[in-house]
Amino acid sequence: MQRFSAWTLLREAFGGHRGWRPQWRAPEPKPAYDAVIIGGGGHGLATAYYLASEHGLRNIAVLERGWLGGGNTGRNTTIIRSNYLFDESAALYDHSVKLWEGLSQALNYNVMFSQRGVMLLAHTLHDVHSAKRHIHANRLNGVDNEWLTPAQAKAFCPPLNIAANMRYPVLGAALQRRGGVARHDAVAWGFARAADALGVDIIQNCAVTAIRRDASGAVSAVETTRGDIRTRKIGVAAAGHTSLVMAMAGVRMPLESYPLQALVSEPVKPVFPCVVMSNTVHAYISQSDKGELVIGAGTDAYPSYSQRGGLQVNMHTLDAICELFPAFRRLRMLRNWGGIVDVTPDRSPIIARTAVPGLYVNCGWGTGGFKATPGAAHLFAWTMAQDAPHPINAPFTIERFRDGRLIDENAAAAVVH
Amino acid sequence: MLLIHCPWCGPRAEIEFSYAGPAQLRRDGALEDLLYLRDNPKGRHEERWRHAHGCGQFFATARDTVSDFFLPPPVAKP
Amino acid sequence: MSQALRTAEGGRIDRANPLGFSFDGRSYRGFAGDTLASALLANGVHLLARSFKYHRPRGLLTAGSDEPNALVELARDAARCTPNLRATQIELYEGLRARSQNRTPSLAFDLGAVNDRLAPLLPAGFYYKTFMWPKAAWKRLYEPSIRAMAGLGRAPTRPDPDRYAQRYAHCDVLVVGSGPAGLAAALAAAESGARVILCDEQAAFGGTLLAEDEARIEGGSAEAFRAASLATLAAAPRVRLLARTTAFGYFPHNMVGLAERITDHLAAPDPRLPRERLWQVRAREVVLATGAHERPLVFPENDRPGIMLAEAARVYLTRYGVRPGTRAVLATAHDGAYRTALALHRAGVEIAAIADLRGTAGGAWPAAARDAGLPVRLSTTILGTTGRRRVARVDLARLDADGRCGVVEPVPCDLLLMSGGFTPSVHLFSQSRGRLRFDDTLQAYLPDTPAERTHVAGACRGLVALADVLADGYAAGAAAAQAAGCNRAPSARPFPVTARESPAGGMLGALPGNRPGARAFVDFQNDVTAKDLALATREGFRSIEHIKRYTTTGMATDQGKSSNMNALGIVADALGSPIPAIGLTTFRMPYTPTSFGIFAGAARGDLFEPLRMTPMHAQAAALGAVFEDVGQWKRARYFPRAGEDMAAAVARECRAVRSACGLFDASTLGKIEIVGPDAATFLERLYVNAWHRLPSGRCRYGLLLREDGFIFDDGVIGRLATDRFHVTTTTGGIGRVLAMMEDYRQTEWPELDVWLTATTEQWAVLALQGPRAKDILAPLVEAVDLAAMTHMSLAEGRIAGVPLRLFRVSFTGEMGFEVNVPASAGAAVWEALMAAGAACGLTPYGTEAMHVLRAEKGYLVIGQDTDGTVSPDDAGLGRMVARGKPDFIGKRALEAMAARPAGGRQHLVGLLSETPAQVLEEGAQIVAETDGARLGHVTSAYYSPTLGRAIALAMVRDGRARLGERLRVALPEAPAREGHAVRVVAPVFYDPEGARLDG
Repeated sequence: MQRFSAWTLLREAFGGHRGWRPQWRAPEPKPAYDAVIIGGGGHGLATAYYLASEHGLRNIAVLERGWLGGGNTGRNTTIIRSNYLFDESAALYDHSVKLWEGLSQALNYNVMFSQRGVMLLAHTLHDVHSAKRHIHANRLNGVDNEWLTPAQAKAFCPPLNIAANMRYPVLGAALQRRGGVARHDAVAWGFARAADALGVDIIQNCAVTAIRRDASGAVSAVETTRGDIRTRKIGVAAAGHTSLVMAMAGVRMPLESYPLQALVSEPVKPVFPCVVMSNTVHAYISQSDKGELVIGAGTDAYPSYSQRGGLQVNMHTLDAICELFPAFRRLRMLRNWGGIVDVTPDRSPIIARTAVPGLYVNCGWGTGGFKATPGAAHLFAWTMAQDAPHPINAPFTIERFRDGRLIDENAAAAVVH
Repeated sequence: MLLIHCPWCGPRAEIEFSYAGPAQLRRDGALEDLLYLRDNPKGRHEERWRHAHGCGQFFATARDTVSDFFLPPPVAKP
Repeated sequence: MSQALRTAEGGRIDRANPLGFSFDGRSYRGFAGDTLASALLANGVHLLARSFKYHRPRGLLTAGSDEPNALVELARDAARCTPNLRATQIELYEGLRARSQNRTPSLAFDLGAVNDRLAPLLPAGFYYKTFMWPKAAWKRLYEPSIRAMAGLGRAPTRPDPDRYAQRYAHCDVLVVGSGPAGLAAALAAAESGARVILCDEQAAFGGTLLAEDEARIEGGSAEAFRAASLATLAAAPRVRLLARTTAFGYFPHNMVGLAERITDHLAAPDPRLPRERLWQVRAREVVLATGAHERPLVFPENDRPGIMLAEAARVYLTRYGVRPGTRAVLATAHDGAYRTALALHRAGVEIAAIADLRGTAGGAWPAAARDAGLPVRLSTTILGTTGRRRVARVDLARLDADGRCGVVEPVPCDLLLMSGGFTPSVHLFSQSRGRLRFDDTLQAYLPDTPAERTHVAGACRGLVALADVLADGYAAGAAAAQAAGCNRAPSARPFPVTARESPAGGMLGALPGNRPGARAFVDFQNDVTAKDLALATREGFRSIEHIKRYTTTGMATDQGKSSNMNALGIVADALGSPIPAIGLTTFRMPYTPTSFGIFAGAARGDLFEPLRMTPMHAQAAALGAVFEDVGQWKRARYFPRAGEDMAAAVARECRAVRSACGLFDASTLGKIEIVGPDAATFLERLYVNAWHRLPSGRCRYGLLLREDGFIFDDGVIGRLATDRFHVTTTTGGIGRVLAMMEDYRQTEWPELDVWLTATTEQWAVLALQGPRAKDILAPLVEAVDLAAMTHMSLAEGRIAGVPLRLFRVSFTGEMGFEVNVPASAGAAVWEALMAAGAACGLTPYGTEAMHVLRAEKGYLVIGQDTDGTVSPDDAGLGRMVARGKPDFIGKRALEAMAARPAGGRQHLVGLLSETPAQVLEEGAQIVAETDGARLGHVTSAYYSPTLGRAIALAMVRDGRARLGERLRVALPEAPAREGHAVRVVAPVFYDPEGARLDG
């Protein structure tokens, strides 16, 4: 792997940047691999990287239907945090945050992880109660999360409106200082480059059309638009399309795919120093390194693979942004886009073996998969390599829905009495 | 915003409706199927809507989940 | 400063109406009808902005909404500052103040330009390759430095005082764009009898007709045709004309979003007017007549002020009467530049050279240019330009037959115009999910198969000749009207046009002869060069989406309007693939940047969300109540008297209820009237409880689950008659509960004869709670035998002269009544009760005291003590489940739960701090004293004035098996095992026998 550093950049500058080599190869698929990852987003590429770097599995391929990082990796608002309520979730997401903290160095690719702090606003007594419950639970789990008064919240995020006469005044906020954002494309590319350097074949424009199983029921091959590939291990990391891929192996999933939209403003000078989320008024906002305000909207009400949603969803989001940050009303939307998120009934992911031998799945991240990229992939690689879950992802099975062991972050957080 | 045809009121804007899940979920089937497992098809999806801010009626219809266009023929039972 | 470059006459400006304005503090004059761009040009100002990355000096590239360079900040006053506006779209008004952006300290001298010197170190994606060492420096040094350079304009800092409006509209035919195709389409659709909306982003309708000074249409001038067409449309009763209105988004099912700018062009807007208006137009048929954008040429140093598009220069001249320079060079691969050259020549601009990349230029316009004696050089490319803040020289070179460059020929000039041909503006068509195809002849993506009911007309689908465009628009308008069901065929209009042969030609990609070290800009605003694109391909990026993201080409605020096709050409060249194989980046909403304000509309302040107030809100407010938000409701939280804080007020309110009587506004509780012969059966199937044997006149606490067996809602249900129930729900739950009930009624059990009516707002509910309740009520009620009313009974009668539904129920543990009266009578009955109770100390109490009182009794609140993962058994309500019933919602899930190994679930219990005064924090975590194991959390915690100590409810793992056990409640700062010591107790702290309920 061609090392990236200020020095190589300087050296290349004198050579007119002629010496840069492809960040990853564009190999033809081989007839067989020890493992195949379906889905070339952050999760799939990172899984291949960890399989190769930590489990010695190097004869592996990542198959991507379109272009790397073209799904939710490249379509999300890049919020990273780990202040989840339940022990299982906190362990999972904090595992990820810890990996984020050294990711640029590990990959030798600047993923621009910016720990600018994620602040969740509380607007009602119910919100306060819920935020406090999270803070207390997080502290016991070693996850930083602290309560801010409205004045402290305003000091942390100066554009915030904390006027008492707002329709839903800010009563306080829960702040995770280790939370932040990262550069989404760089995550896909950094993992791709590092995996490629370890021998992983990354194959784009290669759609899987069928999964073959042998007489024992175990997976034996994938059929793709670029030929058949034999393999005994398949890891599915196809966010949004998981149900369809799993159906190829005859597995019905507890998933529905919903449109999720986001938008950015025109770039402006630094004005927003952190990430702010509000569940009550439905707003998620940060400012990118380029200066654009990055704003997450909600999902549409109905399942869809259309990668677009209704205008009313954006309107609802911008209502909230303009109410919380009334100076932003004159800023302008530059670009809006949609992704497809797959959502489980308890809004927690699945990182698990399946009933089909050799078939593994990492899915169900809903709106929050980006933050889990390194952590989930690290655990998924473990699960694939050991054919057994790591203790951290052991609770995140498919069977939990049959067995009533839900990890219901949604129900725990969102009920208003 | 989708334009949804309420069988009683005619075409109305999506904001008058609430999505009410896949059609033909069976209360008497396996509990896991009723509560959790979903076909989640890419293509024709039979689903229920309620004209919540109109006549209040539930109805079933089919929609292409790629184009979001509603498809004929109408689905019988909500 | 004089308008030295203004022509003596001509243009559409109003020379009788001069306007003063300023740019960067310097005063200038222009005319009504100018844009800021044209007015600055008339004053000889070309340096208008600095680019994003290298801070290079920039001027105007275009005359329209595709402008990537000339972005300015407009400041009407301290609160009305808008960054990143295009000078080409800003209509001049008296007193307009504009300011340049992204420069320190000034536009002419910008320290940021040091980046331009460092450019060799800053190729595409450089930031991914460095700033990683030492690790700690990223947060402290590198990132802050990068961010400090980010952004273009400054975000406003004060709340925007302007208003934004929204409306819906329906029409048969929406025509987007009012150029010749759009005008003709609107004429045809209107004549067909269709309801038509015609919108255009510009202030004036007409599109290219506004600068059409040669062609004759139907025997008259283009202007005469335009004026007559508009007069016809304006007079048509079913046609709406929307100028200054951008169709920014094409949404599913033929809904198009329009952004109308209403006051930005006015010097002194009427304060009653909104600044902008969002139109959500649902059109039966849409005609896209969105035209085409001229492309720049990609050659070294193609970005200096004074370098602009050829057609833009012609627009400045013909529409605004501005000569954009005095000595011009034109570089082109398209005949249109010759037309501009001729026009400039006629206006007295010296044409130094027309450098045509092509070996031949045989069209009518080149011929005319030659006839006029203009210096045409064929097979000529550009190797570079010079000039610091304005182009001063162009280096031309002839290309030989093999494409090699000959000797450099420097040509001095102050204006360099370029034309690479036109790109059809297929944005909206593509947003609608219509399929595009690449046309090899035109070297452009054209609309192919529409996804919606869309018609495309004119230049947007690659047509060029004015006669063709008019005919095409007319046909599209007629077809759209017909498809919309308007059967009156419009009259035949052949649109005879006399014009020179239309300009042709064009190229994609970079010009030959790129010198080493020179930068040829593709995306002007983001400073992406042809070399950056080549670098990306060398680094293995092949998809155009990757190249866009790696280099940021096409991600500037023009969304690639000026850059995308050239980028595709360059990448195709570098990869040796045909353009269609590279792909095309997706076109995203909005077409041009659109104010957040119009999306938010009127949703601000109290109108942010509906505000719901109970019928007794004014009474509570008059008593000094402090309110809390519960869903959309405002509820009185407590009623402080002078000198009281919340704790004191709540304590007083609680004591009043326990010792005398309290009055509580419970109107927000959800209410549903369930009526019909099968009403009891219906409830039987919904709730876990049994209903058939509940006698009329009695109430029962009902528990409602989801199909997964977890608690969904609760409330008291009273039976008014065999076939009539009065159901209450939680305040927040009414919507979901009613939807759930309707779902089961309509779809699962349609055979049941029952109907549901939402009655939340029909009834005011006054909870009269306390030992004196009956005494207070007695003198006021008629036709009710209070003495006969036992706990959980109900009766109908009258109170204070209005109809009454009286429930003998208690959420406090005291004897109590819930007085339900028609909402309109709520305030009067409140007053009557307060008057009647004054003597025995009737005290209004709020939600906070209500919570304390109910917690003392261990009554749970759904959503506070439960969270969606709590079963009836977990909550200690297992005994309510009528197990003998054949079915109820959640029954099967409860059975499945019961079949699983017992243990490990959390139970609702009470907690008592060992320090009696210590009120625990709601949400605090509970751990085992021995090993610190996490066991649950505090759900409710209050100081109980009645008991003189703190109490709490909690969900604790295996809680009911831990009664008497000592646990710890973790503190934020201390180790978990050093938290507050608490004892697990039964969740009833007061009157466990319920003796007080009977009064």
